[in-house]
Amino acid sequence: MSELTLAQDRTTPQRDATPSELTLERGLAAFRAEVDGPVAAFFSSCVHCGICAQACPFYLETGDPKYTPILKLEPLRRVWENDFTLWGKIKGKLGLQQQVTDEMLTEWEELLYDSCSMCGRCSMVCPVGNDLALMIRKSREGMVQAGHAPEGLIAASVRAIKTGSPMGLQWKTLQVQIEHVQTSSGLRVPVDQEGVEYLVLLSSMEIINFPEYLEAITKIFDHAGVTWTLSTQCFEATNAGIQIGNKDIAAQLVERVVAAAQTLKVPKVISPECGHAFTAIRWEGPNLIGRPYPFRVFHIIEVLDELRASGRIKTEGMETDRLSMHDPCNLARKSGVIDQQRNLMNLVAENFVELKEHGKFQWCCGAGGGVSSNERAEPLKMAAFKRKKAQIEEVNPERMVTMCATCRTQLEEGLEEFNMEIPVVGLTEMIAEHLVEKN
Amino acid sequence: MSGSMEFLLWTKGPMFNIAITIFAIGLLVRIAEIVMLGRKKNFAEARAGEWLPGLRTMLTRTVADPGTFQRAPFNVVVGWIWHIGFLIVLLLFLPHIALIESLTGLSWPALPNPIISLVTAVTLVALLATLVHRMTHPVKRRISTVEDYIVWAVVFAVVLTGWLAYYRLVHPYPLILGMHILAAEIMLILLPFTKLTHIFTAFIARWYNGAAFGRKGVQS
Repeated sequence: MSELTLAQDRTTPQRDATPSELTLERGLAAFRAEVDGPVAAFFSSCVHCGICAQACPFYLETGDPKYTPILKLEPLRRVWENDFTLWGKIKGKLGLQQQVTDEMLTEWEELLYDSCSMCGRCSMVCPVGNDLALMIRKSREGMVQAGHAPEGLIAASVRAIKTGSPMGLQWKTLQVQIEHVQTSSGLRVPVDQEGVEYLVLLSSMEIINFPEYLEAITKIFDHAGVTWTLSTQCFEATNAGIQIGNKDIAAQLVERVVAAAQTLKVPKVISPECGHAFTAIRWEGPNLIGRPYPFRVFHIIEVLDELRASGRIKTEGMETDRLSMHDPCNLARKSGVIDQQRNLMNLVAENFVELKEHGKFQWCCGAGGGVSSNERAEPLKMAAFKRKKAQIEEVNPERMVTMCATCRTQLEEGLEEFNMEIPVVGLTEMIAEHLVEKN
Repeated sequence: MSGSMEFLLWTKGPMFNIAITIFAIGLLVRIAEIVMLGRKKNFAEARAGEWLPGLRTMLTRTVADPGTFQRAPFNVVVGWIWHIGFLIVLLLFLPHIALIESLTGLSWPALPNPIISLVTAVTLVALLATLVHRMTHPVKRRISTVEDYIVWAVVFAVVLTGWLAYYRLVHPYPLILGMHILAAEIMLILLPFTKLTHIFTAFIARWYNGAAFGRKGVQS
């Protein structure tokens, strides 16, 4: 609201600004607030070579040049040139500036949300070093304030703030899952236990689609003698505020995790098999709340690999079928968790084949960055998946392994769409299946 | 003849000073704009330092990753050829070294003229190829602006006039030499206000990129 007030103060009293003009002004102010040194260096350096398009599954699989990553950033580029460069200001005096209009933002909504999963592959290949994915994330802050965010993401954000879950899931649903897990495993799922080593977070999609994950960590942590707990105060790790691009919402969701961790006095927090939840809580979180955490954050795969390395996980038997693995963008390229999942694969799989481009150069499944919460983006999401599909066909595995609920859902849906009978499994549950039974 | 000589002297004298001044002040402003914007403090626990990965990315981005090379070989190779050709001719042609020496006192050995001439010809062909690519590739067409074509024309003019002057294909000689110097001066003047800035800022951009990824444990 403060931006709105500022905009009103600046408006000359010749005529009243319409509400939509005020919204646009608020949006432009949010765009301006995102311009920093890196953004200025990036836009100063772009030579329009178009190489970024060659890294984008949305462009490559549709062939439509409007999906070229750098073009998606044109609103932010204009704001930078007009307001942050001497040349732009000179242009302004001469009336030569290219303005960002409401019509433009309407057109760009599809480019900034539906056709970008913020996978960051373009950031890895740009010859001048532009971090395009970072600038998409920044642009979305402006889009939200300008009133140009997709309905699906708005709804998810509202549900996340109101209920704690982007899918509107409540603790009682998780409670039912907990009881199932306890019955089937004969183990207790700790809830609200103070002073344990780890606070475990989950994602709603996992709770609904992949309840086997909770059972898997229950077994593994029991096996390894790890103390952990869930929190009734906060169980959701995902952050709809980051996907839509709203710092206030994102910060509020991070504060809930911090509060839960502090209540239970845990030194470590585990982010689940979900990509964006990890980048949200691990990298953006402390900056959203403006202070370091009093605890450390790990992805479940990092924790499992550490348990493996220290000999606390004992496994028996190997998967013998041909397995390949999909690296979630948020985990590998954007968070540097690359070797850990391979160490774990090699622990339990004897016929593991890599996709050709993997690790930091892997290809996105097409569903990340809020694309899967944005219903109208469904056709684009499936188009982008074709890049992954081609990669999978190249090595022709019997099953795919991954470690992100969104990727896993997209892989399952996509493979089914193309009549490919390749089951998809989560790495954590695969590890759990090989634990040496306790005597 | 006297008119063309006056023109040449003007390009070497007053115009040179104007061009260098606009270039230097413009570039300083541009870089100051970037540096002064800075970055916010990062509170997330780093996996690794920023400096080394940043410096590494400043170098490594010069070479495309294998996948990108396979998908856009023409773009990568032609870009390489004309950048290297331009740098060779700029830095290893005897008269250019003499100019640099007169300005800075630094000098180094030159390449033989026939080699420079060949490299210039290759550079001109590669530049023409980039123009055709820009006008025909759907992505490049879609993202190209008037500025892209102006900058292309200026860079091409610099190389072409240099080549014509070397072979004395335009008479009188001072006219074509003056045109070559003027073209280079126009390039200097445009540099801080167009994408030519990337000659300097691309290294800042690469550092920021390498630092941001490096902090998270990924060499970008």
